[in-house]
Amino acid sequence: MSLSKIKFDKKIVLSFWIILIALIIAAPTLLPVFRLNLLGRYLSLSIVALGVDLIWGYTGLLSLGQGIFFALGGYCAAMYLQITSSSEFPNNIPEFFALYGVEKLPFFWEPFRSPVFTFFAIWIIPALVSGLIGFLVFRNRIKGVYFSILTQASLLVFFNFFNGQQKLINGTNGLKTDVTQIFGQMVGSESMQRLFFWMTAILVIAAWFFAKWVVKGRFGNILIGIRDDEPRVRFTGYNPVIFKTIIFSIAGGLAGISGALYTVQSGIVSPQFMTVPFSIEMVIWVAVGGRGTLLGAILGAVFINYAKSLVSEALPASWMFIQGGLFILVVTALPEGVLGWIQGDGPRNVLQRFGLKRKIETYPSLEVNNKEGNNE
Amino acid sequence: MNNKDLLNLIDITVSFEGFLALNKLNLNLKKGELRAVIGPNGAGKTTFLDVITGKVKPTKGEVIFKGKSLVGRKEHKIARLGVGRKFQSPRIFENLTVKENLEISVTTPKSPLNLINKSIKDEQLNEIQRLMKIVDLAQKVDSKAGSLSHGQKQWLEIAMLVGQKPDLMLVDEPVAGLTDEETDLTADLLKSLSGENTVVVIDHDMEFIRRLDSNVSVLNQGTVLCEGTMETIQKDKKVIDVYLGRPED
Repeated sequence: MSLSKIKFDKKIVLSFWIILIALIIAAPTLLPVFRLNLLGRYLSLSIVALGVDLIWGYTGLLSLGQGIFFALGGYCAAMYLQITSSSEFPNNIPEFFALYGVEKLPFFWEPFRSPVFTFFAIWIIPALVSGLIGFLVFRNRIKGVYFSILTQASLLVFFNFFNGQQKLINGTNGLKTDVTQIFGQMVGSESMQRLFFWMTAILVIAAWFFAKWVVKGRFGNILIGIRDDEPRVRFTGYNPVIFKTIIFSIAGGLAGISGALYTVQSGIVSPQFMTVPFSIEMVIWVAVGGRGTLLGAILGAVFINYAKSLVSEALPASWMFIQGGLFILVVTALPEGVLGWIQGDGPRNVLQRFGLKRKIETYPSLEVNNKEGNNE
Repeated sequence: MNNKDLLNLIDITVSFEGFLALNKLNLNLKKGELRAVIGPNGAGKTTFLDVITGKVKPTKGEVIFKGKSLVGRKEHKIARLGVGRKFQSPRIFENLTVKENLEISVTTPKSPLNLINKSIKDEQLNEIQRLMKIVDLAQKVDSKAGSLSHGQKQWLEIAMLVGQKPDLMLVDEPVAGLTDEETDLTADLLKSLSGENTVVVIDHDMEFIRRLDSNVSVLNQGTVLCEGTMETIQKDKKVIDVYLGRPED
């Protein structure tokens, strides 16, 4: 590798960051509030996608239950907002309780009066719940498709529980946040939404760096080892249960942060966050963006969701077909996802096919040797 | 059993739903010994390794390693006690580079905390350098392990096994699919490892076993049929019947 190439890469990286930061700062003035709000929501979804990439792309754990942790984060945020904005309602408790004749605040609401507690609860509670579920499942060496089924079943358990608990958390109606107040402002107001957008953008970048730090080096290599050959990892003296529990817990924590940000920007959290299709969609974003690339997960989440809203506005009811087609395309033609394809030999192969680029045959011998057998 | 022994297998019986994969198997290994284990297909050679490494729990019997019972311990605990295993077909992490594979094996302690916030120790890096020289993979440090040839994969796995610094190395068919030259080199490598380490080699290749010049245990139908040097077992009538075949056949 020549020096000029490294410099070139650095320049690209630097300009990428400058453009990105400029866009984030400028977005609230460039985009109408409605679009800005949508972008903010989709960016927050990319954090849960990062978690899916960590557990699925790197560790090979296909979880269809990330909605649980996403919703838990959302509920934590919404409970805090509801309770701090309930002073004018009867008994000083959130308005919906009156509908069901509840006069005393359920005990688990109490700690959510504290903003500090809420700040930690948003990610620690989902991380603990996912860690516990993960530990029990991994300890019994449940993996592959059985793991996926179990996570989906857990999702349904949580969904049904939250749906049925009107007296505790307003059941199927969910908790509204847009008419609540924070810092003396309406959460749904334009200035707050702008603030949430910036907060989301910063947290996406932070989560991305965090995820990169997790998978870099030997820890990440063990995750890949677990994905490719778990017994081998075990016979080398590592305990895969601990590694899987940690990474599943991290993904749960990320899902919680994601859910909280999504809740405050969409104005409500409800058991709808724990429906089966939504958790499967999270997997699709990562599959389309590119498994095991991290950036692909972010791009997949943002672009697919943005496409979804644009398509749904223009051609209502056609989105499901497009999403299904996209998934089939990725599974059959681009198993590495879009970003994985670009990072691999994808674009070069296409150019070669159309005769626009000569086949590379005169690379250093090392390169040729490396590619032996997997060039097809 | 005496205290020079590193490993004792006592009356090991493994029953898979009535089928006896191992039947009252007894085997003792001294420290520093090189032992070859041969036997026809289905004799229980791989099950024998599975029992020692904790993959299969014996129905009856006791495994004593360095004075401790291994029965009921988890695989990773047994590995940490000092039992290393090389699998029949090379099992390396194909999506990691040669160096990353070796890092996984030489790293201690093998806890998540150590892996995530500490960089690899210098002495471990030196160990990796040494291992790569031994198995002649220094040119391939940053190549994906999946791109190596079959022989190189076998050697990488042996290097990973050595990097684990186990007291007991269990080597399952290390020369399957290797050229004659590679086979000879592997035999020399394993011989050089014994003495300091205790090595158990399982193989079919009689030339290879002869070259190891070690004690041989012959397994048949889940039990040890005969033990001794290559010359002794080649003359043993029972062994000839079940395994080696008569010269005139």
